[in-house]
Amino acid sequence: MLKIENLHARVEGKEILKGLSLSVNAGEVHAIMGPNGAGKSTLGNVLSGREGYEVTAGSVTYNGIDLLALSPEARAAAGVFLALQYPVEIPGVNNTYFLRAALNAQRKTRGEKELDSMQFLKLVREKLKVMQISDELLHRAVNEGFSGGEKKRNEIFQMAVLEPQLAILDETDSGLDIDALKQVAQGVNTLRSPDRAFLMITHYQRLLDYVVPDFVHVLANGRIVESGDKSLALKLEEHGYAGLGAGAAA
Amino acid sequence: MNEIMNNQSSTAAALRDNAQVAEALGRSYSAGFITEIEMTGLPPGLDEDTIRALSAVKHEPEWMTEWRLEAYRHWLTMPKPDWAKLNIDPIDYQAISYYAAPKKQPKSLDEVDPALLETYEKLGVPLHERAALAGVAVDAVFDSVSVGTTFRKQLADAGVLFCSMSEAIREYPELVQKYLGSVVPTGDNFFAALNSAVFSDGSFVFIPKGVRCPMELSTYFRINAQNTGQFERTLIVAEEGAHVSYLEGCTAPKRDENQLHAAVVELVALEKAQIKYSTVQNWYPGDENGVGGIYNFVTKRGDCRGDDSKICWTQVETGSAITWKYPSVVLRGDRSVGEFYSVALTHHFQQADTGTKMVHLGKDTKSKIVSKGISAGKSSNSYRGLVKMEKGAERARNYTQCDSLLIGKKCGAHTFPYMEVKNPTAIVEHEATTSKISDEQMFYCRSRGIGEEDAVSMIVDGFCKQVFRELPMEFAVEAKKLLEVSLEGAVG
Repeated sequence: MLKIENLHARVEGKEILKGLSLSVNAGEVHAIMGPNGAGKSTLGNVLSGREGYEVTAGSVTYNGIDLLALSPEARAAAGVFLALQYPVEIPGVNNTYFLRAALNAQRKTRGEKELDSMQFLKLVREKLKVMQISDELLHRAVNEGFSGGEKKRNEIFQMAVLEPQLAILDETDSGLDIDALKQVAQGVNTLRSPDRAFLMITHYQRLLDYVVPDFVHVLANGRIVESGDKSLALKLEEHGYAGLGAGAAA
Repeated sequence: MNEIMNNQSSTAAALRDNAQVAEALGRSYSAGFITEIEMTGLPPGLDEDTIRALSAVKHEPEWMTEWRLEAYRHWLTMPKPDWAKLNIDPIDYQAISYYAAPKKQPKSLDEVDPALLETYEKLGVPLHERAALAGVAVDAVFDSVSVGTTFRKQLADAGVLFCSMSEAIREYPELVQKYLGSVVPTGDNFFAALNSAVFSDGSFVFIPKGVRCPMELSTYFRINAQNTGQFERTLIVAEEGAHVSYLEGCTAPKRDENQLHAAVVELVALEKAQIKYSTVQNWYPGDENGVGGIYNFVTKRGDCRGDDSKICWTQVETGSAITWKYPSVVLRGDRSVGEFYSVALTHHFQQADTGTKMVHLGKDTKSKIVSKGISAGKSSNSYRGLVKMEKGAERARNYTQCDSLLIGKKCGAHTFPYMEVKNPTAIVEHEATTSKISDEQMFYCRSRGIGEEDAVSMIVDGFCKQVFRELPMEFAVEAKKLLEVSLEGAVG
């Protein structure tokens, strides 16, 4: 589904990704771990097309197309979703309205029929139930006055409604207490499916206790320096990044 | 006083030189067409003879002519106001024609020239009652005259008088004489004095004691003729316990020269009366290089003359090259309430200096001001407001909230709040914020699949929510669409 080859990217003139390669197949959950400044968030931002992230070499192929050639909104329509580390507040814009606009914009781009209010509300109710999220979030403005945990849950809820093929979670676990973490993890697990892939960017192995990944990669100094299964994460927990010889370079 | 210029870079530069944007800008003012119709009028120029001729053509009584002449003589002695944060090219008052009207004057709606009916149809204001918006009566003003007023019979049955000002002067002289100029005196300010001298048409509304007006009333102002000024005069009187909601809309063709619109609106609310006055102002704003557009110099004032009365102004200002406008409320009656809700959007080279005045005279009077300014392109947008608590305003309260949103890096937002408090028990609160559409907000929307222009409209719409809530339903939808159109090409 996703093939990243020798990806180099710069932010404000500074090279952050230095030849990153990674393959993700449908149905797989990949965890990307690594020390601060290794380029984890840069990877998420490059994949979703954020401005200010300049790709200088390499390629990203997504379902056979050149992902880097698409605008952020076109990537979203193609099924790429980024759960932000710091979700943004949009005062005065109702959460439900925002989500419906997003879903319909995506559907329109894909040549699918847009959902009317009734159809959309039905979908939202179903998702709330599955995700065990209270409908109180719906009536508020997008992330306005939300606690850290509410913002992250809202990201997961958006993901549930938008049903992406490739979901990138950028430190979705950071700043969450254990109950909120469990709830977010449960949301992700609910959405795991044979035709959906996850890229979980995280600092800590803690999340991986609840969402068990198929692969764990260590990102250091702009490259994947080691890959393995879940046991790699445990090893990291024990020895730290320095223990892998990866920390020194970062 | 705080004054903020936005110098930081803003959203997406990618679209800056995009041909599509240029195209969008070109078609963004859909009301810019010209109606071909045979006109009659006065040649350009202004002196006492012009005023006598204008008064004669409208078959006005002698007292009205004298009233105008007195205003004109006063106007000649007045200096032009220059305190607003506006750059205004000198206006040649002798180059303007003060009266232009379609040649055929219809006696009823059935006789209105088809070209005019089509004009209003195109603007989304059908004048045929069967096609008209349900529950909204319309007075259509074309250049200097009213061309028709709908639903008059139904309104008359309820005791409501709704007609053009010219007609009111002829038909209800005692009411006009009693109230005209009682809120905005002829010598109030430079543009009000000019208006008093040369006003052509506008609407007259009278709601008798205890009557709740059975439908929304509205006036649609259209400037069509070249080199013509529009000087509308509107008077709304709500007697004891009466309620009325009134809307006005305005458009003009695209023309390269600036045109002057200098209006005066007076509202009188007697005891327990309520007047809600909403404006969606979409005068031609000029092109993207700042050529052409309407100069909109307007004096709007409401007088809460009776105890427990209420006047609420809601305005959405997207048009005009220059807007100079401060809808105000004089809170004379005890416990009277004044409200002002405003969205003012400027783009390209538009300039707006707008706000309100709340003058508290009575005890326990309350006022609320919510102003939302949006600046894009190279425009300048100022809020100017005065809250005055006079000696007798025991326990009076004011709350002011004033927010500015900046789009792009070459626009300006300014806030000039003035307060005068002469009663120690009065409370005045003021909150102000300035923000811009952040790269983060844009990316967040786009990463969810929402395109750039839609993202901007959505964020702006959210910013204006508090004001849109105050508009009647159909107008809220209209206002939202208008903001979207006005912001086309604002990204980048």
